[in-house]
Amino acid sequence: MTDTTLHAPAETDSAPRARFWHDLSFWGLLPSWLLMGFALILPIAIIAAVSVATRGAHGGFAWDFNLAGYRQILWNEGWTGELEFTPQYLLIIARTFLLAGATTLICLAFAVPVAYFISRQPPGRKAILVYLVTLPFWVSMILRVYAWMIILGKDGTLPKALEFLDFPAGMSFMFNDGATLTAMVYTYMPLMVLPVFASIEKLDGTLIEASHDLYGNRWVTLRRVILPLTAPGIIAGAILVFVPSLGAVLEPSLMGGGKEMMMGTLIQLQFGGGRNWPFGAAIAMALMALVMLFLVFTALRAARREAAQ
Amino acid sequence: MSKAIEVKSVSKSFGTYQALNSVSFDIGGNEFFTMLGPSGCGKTTLLRMLAGFESPNSGSILLNGREVVDIPPHKRRVNTVFQSYALFPHMTLEQNVAYGLENLGWDKARIRNRVGEMLERVHMTSMAKRKPAQLSGGQRQRIALARALAPEPEVLLLDEPLSALDLKLRQAMRDELRTLQRDTGITFVFVTHDQEEALDMSDRIAVLGGGEVQQIGTPTEIYEEPVNRFVADFVGETNFLDVEVLESAAGQATIRTPFGLSITVPSPGHAAKGRATLSVRPEKINLGDQAQGITFEGRITNKNYMGGYTHYTLDVAGTELRASRRNASREGDTIPLGATVPVGFVAGSARVLAA
Amino acid sequence: MSLHHDVKRYPGLGPLTALFFVYLYAPLAVIVVYSFNANRVAGVWTGFSTQWYASALNNAALMNALETSLIVAAIATTVSTLIALSAALAIIRGKNVRFRKLSETVVNLPLLLPEIVLAVATLILFSLIDVQNGMLRLTIAHSAFCTPFAFLPIRARLQGMSLDLEEASADLYADRWTTFRRVTLPLIFPGVFSGAMLAFLISMDDFITSNLLSTGGSTTLPVYIFSLIRAGTSPELNAIATLLILASLILATVALLVAARGARETA
Repeated sequence: MTDTTLHAPAETDSAPRARFWHDLSFWGLLPSWLLMGFALILPIAIIAAVSVATRGAHGGFAWDFNLAGYRQILWNEGWTGELEFTPQYLLIIARTFLLAGATTLICLAFAVPVAYFISRQPPGRKAILVYLVTLPFWVSMILRVYAWMIILGKDGTLPKALEFLDFPAGMSFMFNDGATLTAMVYTYMPLMVLPVFASIEKLDGTLIEASHDLYGNRWVTLRRVILPLTAPGIIAGAILVFVPSLGAVLEPSLMGGGKEMMMGTLIQLQFGGGRNWPFGAAIAMALMALVMLFLVFTALRAARREAAQ
Repeated sequence: MSKAIEVKSVSKSFGTYQALNSVSFDIGGNEFFTMLGPSGCGKTTLLRMLAGFESPNSGSILLNGREVVDIPPHKRRVNTVFQSYALFPHMTLEQNVAYGLENLGWDKARIRNRVGEMLERVHMTSMAKRKPAQLSGGQRQRIALARALAPEPEVLLLDEPLSALDLKLRQAMRDELRTLQRDTGITFVFVTHDQEEALDMSDRIAVLGGGEVQQIGTPTEIYEEPVNRFVADFVGETNFLDVEVLESAAGQATIRTPFGLSITVPSPGHAAKGRATLSVRPEKINLGDQAQGITFEGRITNKNYMGGYTHYTLDVAGTELRASRRNASREGDTIPLGATVPVGFVAGSARVLAA
Repeated sequence: MSLHHDVKRYPGLGPLTALFFVYLYAPLAVIVVYSFNANRVAGVWTGFSTQWYASALNNAALMNALETSLIVAAIATTVSTLIALSAALAIIRGKNVRFRKLSETVVNLPLLLPEIVLAVATLILFSLIDVQNGMLRLTIAHSAFCTPFAFLPIRARLQGMSLDLEEASADLYADRWTTFRRVTLPLIFPGVFSGAMLAFLISMDDFITSNLLSTGGSTTLPVYIFSLIRAGTSPELNAIATLLILASLILATVALLVAARGARETA
């Protein structure tokens, strides 16, 4: 532990490199770079390579450049080698997008009023309500999805309750996009409420009063004062919900059944039981690209918003 | 008087910003020394260098004759009272005061004695087991002092320690600090932007501006005999008049004022012939029947009644002058707005400065 | 309040919020209720019974999975918290840190990537370099994706802590190590604790990565539960779920209370 950083001689700017190696920050960052380099950057680089490799005969792959993985997203190769357009995977991508988008919007629709109500409570009750929002998040995600299986499934709570009300017996609400969506909304809800709450909480109450003072009614105040000022929290919540929704695996595989796949389950399928690794890698790259596009888009919007203010 | 600190041509820049430009001065042992200046003048940087948190790009700093530039803060027998006090929030007051002594390796009994003694000295004995969050601003200030003085440092550094306190408390703490310094005999280096604080407490003041030492002297010297426009302007209020130096001899200069008088006034250094600035403090300008020395006439264009004082703005043949007058009796504030009255000042109370 | 017109009040939010909390907790309550059902078919109530708890606690496969999950989570939490702590110290307190922004992005990278992508990528890596040991695979992958969760609270805490305190410590004759041990660490401890708890939670809860990387001998709890669910809902599964829900709620409450107390004491 040298004190070069504190008592450097005159060459502050002339010898930063030498100082850097003496500074503890190098050693502080080394472990994270090693871990992330090995367990994150290297695998991502490899999967990018695999996405343009050739499918192996018995699962796995061979290092021969081949765009078949990407081609397969849109075209099916027939026995004789001719390409036939198949919308199958495009539909899965579209479904993924729609389900993730719907999840985000539904969470948002609940989160804003609930967060607003909580923020208006006296401090003690507020703390308890925030705690109650956080709590279910600590319960394992798989159990939270499972709860909806026993509610919606055959002989589940909802069909039984409907049967009691003289609906036909043996109804099931499982294995469709609605069931997947229900589970996704439920599992990601706290991720939306908490950031929205944090930004509504910071909202200066006198601004609401000023809006009313200047003849704005509740609706105008909500639209022109409350929502714009809580935009950072809403955007943060949208990212926290939308990104994992795009990559959802548990919900579609438990609630959606075998046919109603999302990109996450499609990728997983390609790597289970030695299916088609290059194709799975290509879908994974596509998913990653979608997420990156979304993140870059929101970052740019946020930057523009900031610049405008 | 031995030298506690010697600062020798110290320079420091942050990126392209020159914070200190070849600053040199000495601080005597047992002295209450103040570094006074506006924000950005380099006073805090200098203090942090004495503490060891910054190092100069060039120059050297001697502490009791020993070069300390390469000595880290934890090996310097110098302690700091931080502007934010920086009391450790997770430790009791007792633990805060003991912290430095523990790091110096004192034995337990000696630490206990010293902590008790210090807490008593700052009248905080009854609160020894409390945490800093439970204290008022003034109490935190006292603990910060006790903690910094406990290890008997060679020099105590104080970084605007009174700025967070309210007005009444600040006045009381000034006296307390001054007493503490006299009792302990430790050299205090005090940083402030508040000229009143500096004049009140210091043995000597260094006025810093633009990364350079503008003037060093006793409070009276700084106030009454400023060496340049910066010092005259920063310390106290003053009138600056554009004058022409007609003749100049040792310490005196004959000048022509904008309103036509030729007078002879003190001049630090040797004022060159030609344009210069005359500085006259408002309270040195007398009005009405009190006018004496160099007298002329002026018209009252504005007045501000301040209770103990009234500030007048005067028009003297097109030049604006400010004067203040003590309201010694209830009828003190009797000069009406718009009146033309005799105005005067004693030549010895004005100074000619380089333009 | 006698105020007739409170402009900050929007009508209907109270009932909506009440409904929201019913929505949050009712599904969990359903599991708990069904776990006490004597009937094998969950939806048909035939009487109160605790027999499924007995069989759950005697389920060796469940206990094995729990053990695996606890071991993986303990190692991943320790590794990721230490790495996150040292990264946060370097990024927030380091001087002249090169690649400060880039390093921070790298530490947070697992948050920006869909987990399934990372999971299959890691699977390919391990099969290429032939890492067969399930525990080893799991601990490495878990350590990586838990790191940002440990990092964020520590970073926030460190950033909120005034540099003055560390300088005051150095001024009072403490060397770097003493300053870290006696000032920095105690003051950022609530952040370190929250970070570690989050990392532990994320590791215990992980399904996507564990499902792809675990091997026969290293089934984690969520992967085991997934296989049970696939085999069909059963009252025993409900009992297991109830026990786990209870454990999570207690753990969460303790964690939040400790964090809140720590934050108050060192505020």
